[in-house]
Amino acid sequence: MYSDKVVDYFMNPRNAGKLDDANAIGEVGNPKCGDVMKIYLKINDQEIIEDIKFETFGCAAAIATSSMITEMVKGKPIAEALKINNKDVAEALGGLPPAKLHCSLLAQEGIEAAVADYFKRKTGKHPEGFKANTTCTACGGSCGEGAGQGHEEEEEIFVSEDHRAAE
Amino acid sequence: MTPRKVYLDNSATTQVDKKVLEAMLPYFSEEYGNPNSLHAWGRDARKCVDKARTQVAGLIGAEPKDIIFTGGGSEADNLAIKGTAWALKDKGRHIITSSIEHHALLDTVRWLGKNGYEYTILPVDKTGMVDPKELEAAIRPDTILASVMFANNEIGTIEPVAELGEVCRRHGVLFHTDGVQAAGHVKIDLKDLPIDMMTMAAHKMYGPKGVGALYVRKGIKLIPVIHGGGQEFGLRSGTENTPGLAGFGMAAELAANRLANGEIDNEIRLRDKLIDGLMERIPEVILTGHRTKRLPYHASICVKYVEGEGMLLLLDAAGIGVSSGSACTSGSLEPSYVLLSLGLDHSTAHGSVRITLSKDTNDEDIDYVLEKFPPIVEKLRSMSPFYKNN
Ligand SMILES: Cc1ncc(COP(=O)(O)O)c(C=O)c1O
Ligand code: FES
Repeated sequence: MYSDKVVDYFMNPRNAGKLDDANAIGEVGNPKCGDVMKIYLKINDQEIIEDIKFETFGCAAAIATSSMITEMVKGKPIAEALKINNKDVAEALGGLPPAKLHCSLLAQEGIEAAVADYFKRKTGKHPEGFKANTTCTACGGSCGEGAGQGHEEEEEIFVSEDHRAAE
Repeated sequence: MTPRKVYLDNSATTQVDKKVLEAMLPYFSEEYGNPNSLHAWGRDARKCVDKARTQVAGLIGAEPKDIIFTGGGSEADNLAIKGTAWALKDKGRHIITSSIEHHALLDTVRWLGKNGYEYTILPVDKTGMVDPKELEAAIRPDTILASVMFANNEIGTIEPVAELGEVCRRHGVLFHTDGVQAAGHVKIDLKDLPIDMMTMAAHKMYGPKGVGALYVRKGIKLIPVIHGGGQEFGLRSGTENTPGLAGFGMAAELAANRLANGEIDNEIRLRDKLIDGLMERIPEVILTGHRTKRLPYHASICVKYVEGEGMLLLLDAAGIGVSSGSACTSGSLEPSYVLLSLGLDHSTAHGSVRITLSKDTNDEDIDYVLEKFPPIVEKLRSMSPFYKNN
């Protein structure tokens, strides 16, 4: 069900762990939904992402997308990093199963949350145009916590590999 | 050296035993008659079906004519629930079941709930046990049927079916149990048990998939789900699956032998070695289900701070096949309702792993799992935002 790339980035995660000298941290997701992603950034004076690490509680796709996005934004100015969206991440991984697209959304939101934290630390207030730090929209609100409004990925997804049947 | 392959997902399905396969093969092409035909070909096929019925009845202490063959466990569950509901609709329309039943049971009961029936779903305690007192309290004058599984597929807990059946008997309520996971693995003698109907599936006891049975105690009237030629005493029409039934019969006979000669005790020993070994080697692991009142082949745990799918895939890469009730393996974002019924919080339930042994699992297999599993947990925990030691 997973592409070779996803398996590779899951088995051999890049940039996994904590970053002790991070100057921005973003945490998104909700343990209730089964996905939590924490992104650590070290942003220099030119606003370039000098270093990045992630910690993720979640499925193989969640770990692979975190891993991939850290690689994609490392060394980039933050303005450019913010332009990378979940579809770019999924594409770079050779695609994701439909049921796992929400995991790539989490990766994109993780970067946004960390950058928001950077501005917040710098200016003392939450920057405009950024969502609050821990809002998770991954499940489209199906977990009943009220998040998830205004997202693109909301069409019903049919999954033929329904593992609940293997009981 | 080829890498070791250890299949430990026998609650999902088992490997067809060689002897079972041998018993099935003649009925595909050599003995191809229709058991309902009067000629020699038909009579040979009928013998095969009758033999299978005797073998399956023998496994559970039943009479052959009390065995209704079906196309698997789900169908037998449907026949028991819908068949009783329709047959007794003038007597009452209330059904009782438990929160940890298989979907084949729960979804059938919920469907009846949308079609003129009412139901009560009993809770379970933190070991997954249904309390007979709660069953008794839920019984109403219009209750016609209660269904509580013999043993649970996700957590292995064996329910107090004798007590539950006793309560039903006292109140004139029929008692059905889903014995899919238990039959062939736990000694069951229906002569001594107050069970009116029991579901079985061949593929959980080294038989073929798509073959099952419903035991129906003499005197109980059901309305069939599948109408037609009137096979299976009018309760399940359709030309009998002779190769499948030959296999089911042989699987039941072999299971009865294993239960009689104590082979199951070795499975219990290996199960306990696995459970104790994992608890010793991996910190912050909890066993799900009951510690002792559990299926002989069943180990299920929740590993804190990590998610089940990752463990499943890394174990798979090491040649070990297991399953998980985490949301990420189901595509639903909700962890298993069975695990949540135990009162586990969501994030713990996401870390579930089920390891189910077979009759052929040996000490080396268990040692291999005990060697491979702890570093996998460590690897995933090292990237978990929840793990304090990071
Ligand atoms: C407890 C239980 N009931 C019913 C079923 C359904 O049986 P089948 O897949 O043979 O229809 C299963 C397994 O799949 C099960 O574990
Ligand atoms: S908290 Fe995950 S979207 Fe609801």
